[in-house]
Amino acid sequence: MTTLIEAEHVTRYYGKQCAVNDVSFTLNKGEVLGFLGPNGAGKTTTMQMLCGNLAPSSGQIRINGFDMLDQPSLAKSSLGYLPDTPPLYKELTVEEFLRYCALLHGMASTDINQAITRVKERCGLIEVANRLIANLSKGFQQRIGIAQAILHNPQVIVLDEPTVGLDPIQIREIRALIRELGQAHGVILSTHILTEVQESCTHVQIIHQGQLVLNETIAGLNRQMNTGTLEVVTRLAPDIKSLLAIPAVCSIESLAENKIRIHHTTDASPAESIAERIIDGGWGLLELTPVKKSIEDIFIALTREHQQPEL
Amino acid sequence: MKTILTIASREFNSLFLSPMAWTILAILQFIMAFLFLSQVETFTMLQPKLTAIEGAPGLTDIIVTPLFGNAAIILLLVTPLLTMRVICEERRNKTLALLLSAPVSNTDIIIGKYFGVLGLLLIIVLLITLMSLSLLAGGSLDLGKLAANTLALLLLLMAFTAIGLFMSCIAGHPTIAAFSTFGCLLLLWILDWTTGMNAQHSELFDYLSILKHFQAIQSGLINSADVCYFVLFITTFIVLSIRRLDNDRLQK
Repeated sequence: MTTLIEAEHVTRYYGKQCAVNDVSFTLNKGEVLGFLGPNGAGKTTTMQMLCGNLAPSSGQIRINGFDMLDQPSLAKSSLGYLPDTPPLYKELTVEEFLRYCALLHGMASTDINQAITRVKERCGLIEVANRLIANLSKGFQQRIGIAQAILHNPQVIVLDEPTVGLDPIQIREIRALIRELGQAHGVILSTHILTEVQESCTHVQIIHQGQLVLNETIAGLNRQMNTGTLEVVTRLAPDIKSLLAIPAVCSIESLAENKIRIHHTTDASPAESIAERIIDGGWGLLELTPVKKSIEDIFIALTREHQQPEL
Repeated sequence: MKTILTIASREFNSLFLSPMAWTILAILQFIMAFLFLSQVETFTMLQPKLTAIEGAPGLTDIIVTPLFGNAAIILLLVTPLLTMRVICEERRNKTLALLLSAPVSNTDIIIGKYFGVLGLLLIIVLLITLMSLSLLAGGSLDLGKLAANTLALLLLLMAFTAIGLFMSCIAGHPTIAAFSTFGCLLLLWILDWTTGMNAQHSELFDYLSILKHFQAIQSGLINSADVCYFVLFITTFIVLSIRRLDNDRLQK
């Protein structure tokens, strides 16, 4: 297995504000890594650092074995990057733009035509090839952005929110494309759409307030998803504070009147103690169901867990 | 080297994809032609008197030198408009990421952009030179002096572009870049006016004034000090631009 990206203790400050705090991970060939996080978690900053658009305040990034600071040209030549806003020159046609990108990446002129044809087919750009980018819809512009990132057949592909602005059919196509690319390349994609990660990724990382809070394979994540949440229905409103005092309970959200959802740690189920507490309190336990966790719940639970020390 | 050419040719071509380059070329050509013709008119009026004087200024001195001098002033107004969007607009449209994540160094980006803009200015210089050469149809020119004028204008425009490029790197909005460039250029242009008014003139201001060096070369006296001034000027602002772009990665 070839390691394509190595990020070691990467930290980035904007002034005094810490955007990314001590993030380390690796990406191997054949992996699709989903980068999840709420807004402002540091996803884009991390991606910009991976692609050499931002220098990390400390830490090291190696792409395909080349250090991003010491040998930027070599590191960047095995990199394809789609930023959060696709970098398009609106006054060019799709064909001209792709040709320019190919030249920027130093492709041999004999390969360029072939590469452009291939990428147009893959991203469904054939019918718009000779139109001005400015006149195309957001979805097409997004696809040109992806085309630009995979044009020179890079080993590492970094996609920042690749499916934004696409319609459902296009999203399916792009996800299929990402899975296909993941077989021969290493792909990182950032998103806040959780099902996207489940559908197209092999690994998942959750970043919250600049820190990695989860680094798992999708299989490992699925294991985690079986436990962890209980739904409780009571006759009278329960006292949330006393339920929160139960050791394994992480957080409680109220879904409707007298219906609450309890998130708890996975090592021990607090179901028994919750039942006891409710009966002791005389709130009338009507229902207590373990909920199969969706990836949303993991996400919410993890980001909450992390906030707790501050509360 | 190849990437410099790629970036330069895209920059140059995109000027011609919008009406920008065509408008500038057309309007400049019209104004220059008007100035040229009025200069020719002056010459024909003066001609009878000139023949009487021994060693009188010739066709080149009366028509070509003022024409290039006027062109310099007009281009002082035009260059900021050409350079303002070079880096600034890429940053605003977020297209800079494309260049920054490609295997292209910041030096390549800046030099490529520089030559891209310079391409259009070269065409303008070429048109003005051709206009002057048209005088050969009905008279004789001091070709050496014409070459000196062309060189002077070329060096001047290269300096204008370098400073404009730097302003485009530091400004957040193209208008600000254009205005700061214009301010700097105008200041450099008028710097030696103060020295003329005072009895004790400042050597430093005298040296810094871009007009002094331009006129020195224009007169046909190509002094290495004047050429060095321009070379230093251009290099300084290009290096500063590269440094500024490097800085983008460090601090944002």
